[in-house]
Parts: sequence; C-alpha cells; structure tokens
Amino acid sequence: MRLTTTGVARNFDRGIVGVLTTEHLAPEKRVERVLFLAAHEALPDGDLSGYRAILSHDELPDTLGVPYVGRLRESDHLKNGDIVALEGNSGVVRSLYRPYELHHHLFVTERCNSNCLMCSQPPKDRDDVVALTERNLELIRLIEPAPPYLTITGGEPTLLGDNLFTLIAQLKRSMPDTELHVLTNGRTFAWPDYALRFAALAHPKISLGIPLYSDFAGAHDYVVQAKGAFDQTVAGLHQAARNGIRVEIRVVLHKLTIPRLTKLAEYIYRNLAFAEHIALMGLEYTGYTPRNIDALWIDPYDYQNELEEAVEYLAMRTMNVSIYNHQLCVLRPSLWRYARKSISDWKTLYLPECERCSALPACGGLFQWAVKKHSDHIHAIASLPQGTAQIYSSR
Amino acid sequence: MARTFYPLERFAPTPPTFHLLPFRFTRLNGKELLVNEAGEFLFVPPGTVQQLADERVDTDSELYEDLKAKQFVYDDASSPLLDILATKVRTKFDHMCGGTKLHIFVVTLRCEHSCEYCQVSRQTATRGEFDMSTATADRAIEMMMDSPARAVTLEFQGGEPLLAFDLIQYIIPRAKKLARERGKDLDIVVCTNLACVTDDILLYFRDEGVKVSTSLDGPAFLHNKNRPRPGHNSYEKAIEGIERSRAILGVESVAALMTTTAASLDYAPDIVDEYVRRDFHSIFLRPISPYGFAVKTRHRTGYEMSRFLEFYKQGLAHVLKVNRGGYRIAEVYTQILLTKMLTPHSTRYVDMQSPAGEAWSVLVYNYDGDVYASDESRMLAEMRDWTFRLGNVHKDTRHTLFTGDPALQLFQASCNQALAGCSDCAFQSYCAADPVYHYATQGDMYGHRPTSGFCARNMEVITHLFSLIEENDRDTMRIFWSWINGERVIREVDVCA
Repeated sequence: MRLTTTGVARNFDRGIVGVLTTEHLAPEKRVERVLFLAAHEALPDGDLSGYRAILSHDELPDTLGVPYVGRLRESDHLKNGDIVALEGNSGVVRSLYRPYELHHHLFVTERCNSNCLMCSQPPKDRDDVVALTERNLELIRLIEPAPPYLTITGGEPTLLGDNLFTLIAQLKRSMPDTELHVLTNGRTFAWPDYALRFAALAHPKISLGIPLYSDFAGAHDYVVQAKGAFDQTVAGLHQAARNGIRVEIRVVLHKLTIPRLTKLAEYIYRNLAFAEHIALMGLEYTGYTPRNIDALWIDPYDYQNELEEAVEYLAMRTMNVSIYNHQLCVLRPSLWRYARKSISDWKTLYLPECERCSALPACGGLFQWAVKKHSDHIHAIASLPQGTAQIYSSR
Repeated sequence: MARTFYPLERFAPTPPTFHLLPFRFTRLNGKELLVNEAGEFLFVPPGTVQQLADERVDTDSELYEDLKAKQFVYDDASSPLLDILATKVRTKFDHMCGGTKLHIFVVTLRCEHSCEYCQVSRQTATRGEFDMSTATADRAIEMMMDSPARAVTLEFQGGEPLLAFDLIQYIIPRAKKLARERGKDLDIVVCTNLACVTDDILLYFRDEGVKVSTSLDGPAFLHNKNRPRPGHNSYEKAIEGIERSRAILGVESVAALMTTTAASLDYAPDIVDEYVRRDFHSIFLRPISPYGFAVKTRHRTGYEMSRFLEFYKQGLAHVLKVNRGGYRIAEVYTQILLTKMLTPHSTRYVDMQSPAGEAWSVLVYNYDGDVYASDESRMLAEMRDWTFRLGNVHKDTRHTLFTGDPALQLFQASCNQALAGCSDCAFQSYCAADPVYHYATQGDMYGHRPTSGFCARNMEVITHLFSLIEENDRDTMRIFWSWINGERVIREVDVCA
C-alpha cells in the first residue's frame, strides 16, 4: 500500500500534521483534523475554518481561507483516522500512521553514519532533524489509541542527539504501555555516557534492534561501508547491556554474510549472549540493493544449509532466534517454526502461484518490491510437510 | 545523492602484521587446539602455533579471520576490543562473586552403616559424644548468614544426619528466621542414606521445603557390597526410601549420588541402567575420594586412576546410548565440564574451580564447632591432620577465618593459573586447583601434576570430550546441550556418606 500522494498545495506557510476525517465536522470538533473529500465529493457549504487543512480531488478556489491540497492524485490508500503530514507547498501528502495496521513506525531522520550496501532506506545528507522531530512530536500527540508496538527508525535515530531523548520521553508520557523498538546501528552507544543517558530515560518497554553482519570486523565494516563500525557496534551492544537496555541483533542474509553465518552465531553466543532475540532477515530488493545486487544476491534456496546450521546452533543454546522475510516454500521445513510473518502489511505481496499454496495462511509472503527479484524456487506447496501441521495451525 | 560504495580492501585492509592475545594450546587428534583466556577454543591445522609465534599466518586467510574473531590475535585494522574480552573473562569467574554459598553442617558422626570407603562415620558411638551441640549450631548459623552471598545453601551431613533429626529440627527454623532478617534466599538439603527415614521426617521436610540427596551405588549386589549395614539390606532401604521420599517430597526433590569402588569398575552400564530403572535423570560417575577411612581400606576399595577413566568412558558411552534411545539422563561431571567448555558461563560446582572453591564457595561446620575449608578437609581431620581447619565457630568470625594462616596457605595454592604444570596447560580455564586433594595424596598443596590423579583424570576427560565435540555428531551434540541447558543439576552436593 502506498505511503505518499501529491496534489497542488495552497495557503501553506509550513508543514501540517493532522488526522483525516471523511466526515464534515462541527466547528468545535475540527481541531487537529484534515478534511478529506472523496472523489466527486463537493466542497461543503459554509465556513471551513477550524480544519488544519483540506484534501480534495478537485481544483479548489484560491479564496478558501484554509491550507489545502487540491487535484489530489491517488487517494485510495487514505482512510478516515489516518494521520498524515502535508509537506507544505510541495503538495506531498505522506501517511504517517494508520491505526488499523499492525506495524507502526516513527521515522525520525534520513541521515545515517553508515551506508550499508543493502540499505532499504538510503540515507540523505540533509539536516532534517529539527523538522522531523517537530512533526513526530505532533504525530505522537495525535496517535489515539496507543498501539501495542511502535518502531523508531531512520536513518540512524541516535544522530538526533537530544531530540531522540525528547521523543522517547514524550512517548513514555503519552503511551507508557507501548513497546518501543529502536532500529539503530548501535555505534553511538559505544560512548558510555550516551548509553547511560539512554538508560536514564527509564522507558519501561524499550529495546534496541542492532545489526551485526560478521564476526570479523573488516567484513562487517565493508557491508556497512564504515570503517570502525564493528568495534563501535560491539562496544555499543555491551554498553547497552551493561546499562540494562534490552537488545536484539539483526542479520541481513546475503552473499557477504552467509559464508561466516554460523561463526557469527557463535560470536553472538560467546560475546553477546545477553541479546534477547536474533533476527535472521532476508534481503529486501529496494533502496541500495538493486545497485549492489551482484555483490549481494544469493538465492535463499542456496543458503538453506548455512541457515539451518546457524539457527540450530543458536536454538540449541536456547538463544531466541527468528527468521524474517522468507517464504515457507523456500525454507527447509525444519526452519518453519522459526519463520515469522515479519513484513509490514503495506509492503506485503503474494505471487499468483501463492493462491494455490496450502501454507499460504502461515506464510509471511514477499516484500512488494520482490516482484522484481526473488528466489527462483517459490512454488505452491501442495500439502504440508510432515511435522509442520502444528506450526501451521498455531498461526 | 548517490553515494559511492567502496571495495572490501578499504574496510578490511590486509594488515601487514598482527599481535597475539593470551592463549594456551595443545595437540589433539592430529590438530592443534587453541584456548583463549575466556575458554573459547579453535581447532587449527598442525603448525599453526609455530606460524603464530613466527608471525607467519597469512592475514588474508580464513584462518586469520577465525583467529581474530575469537580474540587470539588482533591487528591495527580495528580495535582489539579488550573490554569485551575482559567481560568474557569476568563472566567465567562469576562464581567468585558474592561470597560463600554452600554451608555444610555435620550434625553428627554417628551412622548405622559401615561403608569401607566412608571417610568419617562412627558406628557405635553413644549419642552426644559426636553430635553437634545447640550452642555450636547457633554460632554456625550466624556464621553462615554472615556470608555476603544473597542465596545460601544449608546442607546437613554426617555420619547419618537423620540420627540427629532433633538437631535438624532445631536448626532449620533458626536458619530460616535469620535468612529472612538478612534478606537471603535459603536452600536446604539433607544428605542421608534414607535407611532410617520415616514418613514423619519426610512430612517435616516437605513442609520445610527440604531436598534430599542420597546414595545409590548401582544394582543391589553392588550397592550392598559397597554399603554394608546390619541386615545387608542397604539397597532395599535406599530404594524404599527414595520412593517414599519422592511420594512425599516430589520427584524433583530427591537426588542420588554414586561412588565408584574397585568392585564397581566392571559394571558401568549396569550402574547407569540402575539409575534409569529408578527413574533418575542424572548420574554422577564419581571416583572414590582418597580421604579419611578410605585411605585405610585402599587395598580393597581403591584403584588406579586409569581404571576409573576406562569406567567413566564406558559409563558415558552408555549414558549417551540411553539418551539416543529417548530417555534423558545427564552425566553430571560431563555436564559441568561441557558448561565450562561450550558456554560463556561459569559453574557453581565447588570441586572444579580456580581459585579453588574451598572456603570461597564452601564452608564445613563440624559437630565440634571446628570450621573446615571443605568436606574433604574435615575428613583429613578425622585422620588427625588439621591443616585445613580454618578455625572454630566459638572463637572466630568470618573475617578471622579468612585471614588466618590455614586459609592464607590454602589460598596461595588455589589458583591453577599460577601452578606449575597448569599455568601453561591448554585446559586451564576448564580445570581447577585442588589443594586439599593434592595435600592428601601428595603431601603438598601445590601438587605435582605428572603424578597427580586429579590432573590425570581431568586431562583425560577433557581430551575425551573435545574429541566428541570435534566429531560434531548431531545427536551427541544435541544430547550434550540438553544437559547443559537442563535444570536438573546437582550443584554443590558433594560427598554424602
């Protein structure tokens, strides 16, 4: 499902965040609302003041005293209750939060101090910190009801400096029961002071998701294209643990990480045994990946031995391990019970042959961008392999 | 906006040279085995150690990546991450933290058994002479609770402690009260042969949360041979006691230990099968202790360590076979060593620690108020050798116990990191110093490794386990890990007569 659409913007002097309403509201109820008119729906008569903005498919009169985006292009993805950002005179309408979805994200910056070969969200060198922090603080204020889970992502969130602490403190106040997961490369946590300050926020339900791509420093640094990153990330993981901050380790599986995968598992067990979860994740064909595909691509079908060995290594040691972004038809059945439906709703895709698959309800599917590149071995499973029925029924 | 991607060489430049971090090594099965300070190990091709010493290892090889990732070497291309190594080493010494946890109360020396391998018991003594007084018990309880440990274990031993059941009933409520006041968790274990156990006693144990550890040496013919008592019915009494204890206390609260005598050596599989038949899920194949009265009867009960090692290997093979057949039973010594070898953690098992567990991890309060560094220490005292008597509950405090001459002498010999023959041993981080054993068998706390039974046993057992690990048989490794992860661990329970 799409995240953005555009139209012609008028009357903006800054970006606006608001909650979509498809229903015309009485003036006292318009606070924080953006009126969204469906196609061919006429502009209501009378005074429209009080709305933060108006979205319409039609050309709207310039005399309207309210910021608006007219001649909206696609809008099928916009629903009553969605929280959107109207990015000023560019006319971009960005969906920030959809209450009906399972996975929610707080996107805090496009900046990053790494430049991973397979980054799905390539970083940009522009200072968006203040603007995005302001937008996110407003978003947090508008979210209602509080979701069970929220992922803070970027870019590299710790580059926000104090602004990240401001956001987390605000989340702690306004949705204390929401489980927060911060996707970070962990490098900043290598500074003991930073880890200490982060821990001092004392958010009751926060954890870090930190990627580690090799047990060999040079190989990790190459994947993240940053010299010294391995040292900082490993030190950061330890500083986090020392301060009681929960951590998850995330490994993207591709041609550069597969050869030492079990050795990496061993490294995690011996050096980072405090990790409460290890996610082994399939490659996403988006962002930088297409550009580096020759260096990265290995058909998941061809790394089942390595994956099984690493998963078994960790599971045998009672480490909590999961497989993300893999289709069951490509995974060895012994690995099915570690596979999770990990792909955000709006990014999930199934192929035509999936319709006939008996494992479909249990399968996490593909990333929508995998339509361009996926395993050659995706196929409909005629009947569930022995021993997997229980896994299948438990979902 | 398009950023540039740089090649591998930019991030992992082949370093011209490298530096060594501390490690020890040995030859094993045609390979070389390297072990670092944190107990992480790596099998490498023969000749690698020489190459490392000569700085001739190809820094562009997979071997080099392995060596660096496991912190055997470091180079100028990245940080040596010494903090991480330090944390791992510290974790391996975790058992040193927190103070003495195991406190053994010898409430009486009286016993109705007359086992030849027994170290201490008195068969015919009159009541009182070899029993702990309530005044001594009071002081021992205080001393136990003076330990900084947050969780302590109170273990009743003898003799046969059930012959002094009234004293047990005296001690338990007082220990519990003081534990509450000091904010400590308290576990209680009774080491008993169960021959004189009654339902009333077991109901009391149930109500007080007391666990039972007993002796089971094998099938009836062997058990009764090893453990004579009037009526020649030790086995029948033990089995009956085990079943009654389980019925009242619950299966989890009843453990059994065996002692290997000369008579046991030919029956390893039969002993294992007896444990399986009795529905036990752990068995500890233990050699006889060279202490106390066992020394006198050595010609009948004793044997060469090589004979024990054959017995152990045969027993372990049978235990593995039983596990492959679907019945889960762990061999405890193997489980302890595997935990040391394959995990980042330390173990609490008192007899395999360096610095040695004596006094640090265990104190023994004898019936007469004397305090010993370990159960073996007081057994030596029964042979009129008071070398390891740290003091007396009526004269000493925890502080004076730990700073007196006996303790300081003991501590000096208690680190295998600084013992000749151990300091450069590849297995050092898995093994231990045992000054009391070496004193008892060699007359010298520091000991002489080439003739040490302790060294012979552990070198052989660890080598054997490394061979199995290197074989990497999927089933065997799964079984090993089920033991390591298992909750049924006989932790401190050491020697129960």
